[in-house]
Amino acid sequence: MPHKNLKLNEPTGDEIKTTTCYMCACRCGIRVHLKNGRVRYIDGNPEHPVNRGVICAKGSSGIMQHYSPARLRKPLLRTGERGAREFREIEWDEALQLATKWLGDIRARNPDELAFFTGRDQSQALTGWWAQQFGTINYAAHGGFCSVNMAAAGMYTFGGSFWEFGEPDWERTKYLMLWGVAEDHDSNPIKLGLGKMKARGAKIVAINPVRTGYASIADEWVPVNPGTDGLLAGVLIHELLQNDRVDFDYLVRYSNAHHLVIRDPGAADDGLIARDADGKPLCAVCASARRPGEGRGPVLSGDGRPSPLDSGLRRNDEQKQPGSMIVDATQPDIAPLIAGEYTLPDGRKAVPAFQIVAERFLADEYAPENVSERCGVDAATIRRLAAELAHTAFEEAIELPIAWTDTHGRHHDTMPGRPVSMHAMRGIAAHANGFHTCRTIHVLQILLGAIDTPGSFRYQPPYPKPAPPGNKPAKARKPDGTLTGNPLGYPQSPDDLLVDAEGRPRRIDHAFSWEYPLAAHGLLQSVIRNAVDANPSKIDTLFLFMANMGWNSAMDATATRKLLCARDDAGNYKIPHIIYVDAYDSETVAFADLVLPDTTYLERYDCISLLDRPISDAEGAADAIRQPVVRPDRDVRSFQDVLLDLGARLNLPNMADTEGAPTYRSYADYMVRHERAPGVGMLAGWRGADGSQAGKGAPNPDQLQRYIEHGCFFESKIPEAGAYYRMANRDYLEWAQSMGFAGSTEPVTMQLYCETLQHFRLAAQGHGAVQPPESERARVARYFDPVPFWYSSRSDADFPLPSGEGSAHSALGEGTAPHQRLDDNGPSSGALRHLLPGGEGKGSYPLSAITQRPMFMYHAWGSQNRWLRQIAARNVLYVHPRTLAGHALRSGDWAWIASPRGRIRVEVCAHAATAPGTVWTWNAIGKKRGAWKLGDRAPEFVDGFLLNHLIGERAGDTRYANGDPVTGQAAWFDLRVRLEHDPEPGVPGHRIELADA
Amino acid sequence: MTSLPAPAKKKLGLVIDLDTCVGCHACAVACKEWNDGGDFGPLADDDPYGAEPHGVWFNRVHSYEIAPHPNPPPHAGEEKVRAAHAGGGGPVPQMVHFPRSCLHCETPDCVTVCPTGASYKRAADGIVLVDEDKCIGCQLCAWACPYGAREIALPHPKTSTSDSSRKDSKRGTMQKCTLCVDRIYNETLDERDRQPACVLACPTRARMFGDLGDPDSEVSKVVAERAGFALMPEFGYRPVNRYLPPRPRRDGSNATGATAAPATETLDAGKLPPLLRWLDKALSR
Repeated sequence: MPHKNLKLNEPTGDEIKTTTCYMCACRCGIRVHLKNGRVRYIDGNPEHPVNRGVICAKGSSGIMQHYSPARLRKPLLRTGERGAREFREIEWDEALQLATKWLGDIRARNPDELAFFTGRDQSQALTGWWAQQFGTINYAAHGGFCSVNMAAAGMYTFGGSFWEFGEPDWERTKYLMLWGVAEDHDSNPIKLGLGKMKARGAKIVAINPVRTGYASIADEWVPVNPGTDGLLAGVLIHELLQNDRVDFDYLVRYSNAHHLVIRDPGAADDGLIARDADGKPLCAVCASARRPGEGRGPVLSGDGRPSPLDSGLRRNDEQKQPGSMIVDATQPDIAPLIAGEYTLPDGRKAVPAFQIVAERFLADEYAPENVSERCGVDAATIRRLAAELAHTAFEEAIELPIAWTDTHGRHHDTMPGRPVSMHAMRGIAAHANGFHTCRTIHVLQILLGAIDTPGSFRYQPPYPKPAPPGNKPAKARKPDGTLTGNPLGYPQSPDDLLVDAEGRPRRIDHAFSWEYPLAAHGLLQSVIRNAVDANPSKIDTLFLFMANMGWNSAMDATATRKLLCARDDAGNYKIPHIIYVDAYDSETVAFADLVLPDTTYLERYDCISLLDRPISDAEGAADAIRQPVVRPDRDVRSFQDVLLDLGARLNLPNMADTEGAPTYRSYADYMVRHERAPGVGMLAGWRGADGSQAGKGAPNPDQLQRYIEHGCFFESKIPEAGAYYRMANRDYLEWAQSMGFAGSTEPVTMQLYCETLQHFRLAAQGHGAVQPPESERARVARYFDPVPFWYSSRSDADFPLPSGEGSAHSALGEGTAPHQRLDDNGPSSGALRHLLPGGEGKGSYPLSAITQRPMFMYHAWGSQNRWLRQIAARNVLYVHPRTLAGHALRSGDWAWIASPRGRIRVEVCAHAATAPGTVWTWNAIGKKRGAWKLGDRAPEFVDGFLLNHLIGERAGDTRYANGDPVTGQAAWFDLRVRLEHDPEPGVPGHRIELADA
Repeated sequence: MTSLPAPAKKKLGLVIDLDTCVGCHACAVACKEWNDGGDFGPLADDDPYGAEPHGVWFNRVHSYEIAPHPNPPPHAGEEKVRAAHAGGGGPVPQMVHFPRSCLHCETPDCVTVCPTGASYKRAADGIVLVDEDKCIGCQLCAWACPYGAREIALPHPKTSTSDSSRKDSKRGTMQKCTLCVDRIYNETLDERDRQPACVLACPTRARMFGDLGDPDSEVSKVVAERAGFALMPEFGYRPVNRYLPPRPRRDGSNATGATAAPATETLDAGKLPPLLRWLDKALSR
């Protein structure tokens, strides 16, 4: 009895338009099906290189995000007190005139009084350029509280990064270690890849205190204690070294393992790489192994013989002592030595970088038995994991019949591969030891010969870049008021820091200061506190885009909300003006003086540029656009259009002509016509007047049309000969140069030993023109260790700290010796106090507390989305059943979770797939009453909660940010807590009780 | 009461791989979206921005923590927690994500209990559908279905949706998975798109669609190869959909194939310390 009216052939709509999703940072290609002018359906674009047609829960619910009642509809001017959500709607002209007045006055007075920070932004190629034209150094996106540790550690180590800048070789890897990955930016590519790996029978190991999502389908779950991943990686290195399971030839070909490091304690170049007069790094070679005619460049006169080692390493008398010579380490066809001490031409001693790294990790501190308890992983498992890694890398090595030419011009018939790959993310990044932990993981990869070989981790173009990349943060303004370059970059020495004559921070977030010298993404989390304190100087206007600093993006939501309303003695707001751009009525809207309503992602042009964070995969370079698929039905404007309009109104260089007419009509116009360098623009596809050029070429007026005809993305495949070994592959580098990604075809040398860090340590030890203030010396010297190391990122009641014995570093000889202490020293050392929560006794906070975003909300902008909030409108605190029982609590009880900052009342739930000693919850489901157009009794605030209230932006009672001392990265996951009973555990309801309230 | 058609040769259905489902809810939301805007929709949402948001979904994903057997049998996946601080072991906790939708049973009571003929099974392909024009919302079918595959939105919700532009014409009638019958035969779609929305969406490709009545179909082959199973066959409704069980997990207890490595390396115990071993190591750059 079939339906009378069963319609099986209905078209999905009147029209299908392609564009790029923006429900998270994955940037999938989507097809938007339109019916009667409304969005009827969004599905994945099968042709798109990112998602191959699949679409996630967020992507499918984009339709509900677009039609959300929480959308703003007109510019808003605050009429009540900050935080009171009292506004009147105003016209755009009035809004832009007001903004122009505030910003114009600042620019005339001091451009640095503008703090311009963006949150979930993917247009930093525009916003960074805009900040540069405006002339403020106080610009960044949100990477400081996201995962800058991953970016910085990768860029300074191998000129690439995890994140979405590299990927496991999904087709060929046989063994994947996921470190601290719950979900990631590359969400659909990771899921597609894991599906392929499972079908092929490859092994997946999830190293994570919590087993959910990806870890739930992993072959093996290693419930590591939070913040000890670096120790675990270090022990794996220890095991590989002990057993000679290292790809030595890979090391000397592609890393600086053989480069000689000067050992001259107290000298200004101690710990730096020894170089010849041309600046070429030196190495020792086995003289007998260098056949005549091989190698190039002068052979320098060393003493020809290794000298006896002073660290207990003495040659076995029975061994022959071949002669050694000191030569240019970059030459091909030499036989470098990687152990021993050698005499440089000037008579000083030097050792190969590899030896320094090996000494560090061969030390007993990294022996399995000595770390097992701390990591929560038993020694036998650690040994087995190391053996599995080595077995897969060496006994299961693969070789692809792909011929290629290396950067020395040598031809190779095949590409050998180590089919072991790693991926790491926020569980590594969000600790105060994240930079060194991530670097340790990269060193592990390099020792296995497993970066950019078949089966291993692969770069995505435009990476690799030099390690570190050459762009440095701009420090000065030109006569026209613009900065000399982009405000963000990668400092290479203390000269590149943004500090004043006394060594104090110049930026409002203290990025690139001695406090966080390599803060490559800034510290958005510190901006509001510092602005209120006028530290280092007064800010007039805080201009935020899509950064929910009034709630879940603040490390202490309650305190930050107060700070945003702070007044001086005269009753004026300490941050005089706040401009906020958002499409939705988020928590932060309440604190703005002027709200500029953004469009949704379906109503705008946008570009995902190779100058920014492109959608490339390992097979090719790719970028994409968004096109407006529907017209706004309200008075909203795209943020990027508004930014260019403001720039023109402000008469900023390159945004207005001499008569004040706008240089660019719109962002779409900018995407097409703006050139960063001759022939290099925002989009790489269909360049040149006739659209025939890729990468570089003159602007093409029809470029956007061509993108639209091609599904809104452009892809340029890497030639097959450039598929792997791209750090030293001429075929790849020539292609990269032709695309404008690489300035030269010079190889990228992986920094097993990071000389850049040593430059900072030397400054801390009293060398060079730019030195840290006295108060920062010990801290910089300790954390700028050129060899990665593990240190406890927090006070750890389970493992009491040893008594202070002074700093564990001093001269390089000591700092790189195999006896580096793993523990933080006592507070007496001063340098380490920032890592300790304030003044609490041992055992007070015995549990680690961490968060994850659920896959259906990862990076999604708001759970007011009516569909997603039906999946979860509230969160609970997950606790191991034994921990729960130990506290006499049962699932469903309400209890208090307390940190030194206060306590919050939450519902607890047993979860056995959680490491005992760790508690966790889903992040950012909890909302603030009054925001997002949620009803009066929405579970998001009645029952749901943020852990943020307990975390804090400062490290304990110190002046330092609660973060990594190298990069400033927010240490969300270093939180220590305890569980406390509630007299009425059966009565539901979330409450917040803070110590300073 | 409604009668079933003669058993059809063609049995369209889904195969869902529990080995690769990560519990991301992509299938559930893609289904909601496709059907909400299609002929079988809308799928009503009650109190969508309020205290108890809930609505009609044809497909839901449940995540379970598997409490391992207290006395684990000696087979794959059951081994001790290696965490030293776990206090001497216990079974490894597993998480399983279980997508749940209509199984398009061969002999379903949800059809035979229907007093109006609204609930019916298609003779041609076995898809179980509801004809909204005949459905009186008595919910007998929902009581008959042990899989919880049928959903209904109350005709007069306490709190209505705040989006007044949406029609609510399906309120008060039973709704369920249609296997995207309006996609799979839809000639206005590209051939590759003639699949259920959930299958196209699934990011780990854990969902497959095909004819489980044809032993040579891809889905039948994977079911045979992977020992796909029917859900709660004891009820006798003969579900068409199949679930693929998690593959044996290759952890420390049962390393196989690619990871069969000795737990400890076998270098000579009297060997030199590593740095001495490497002193004269001849490398090639």
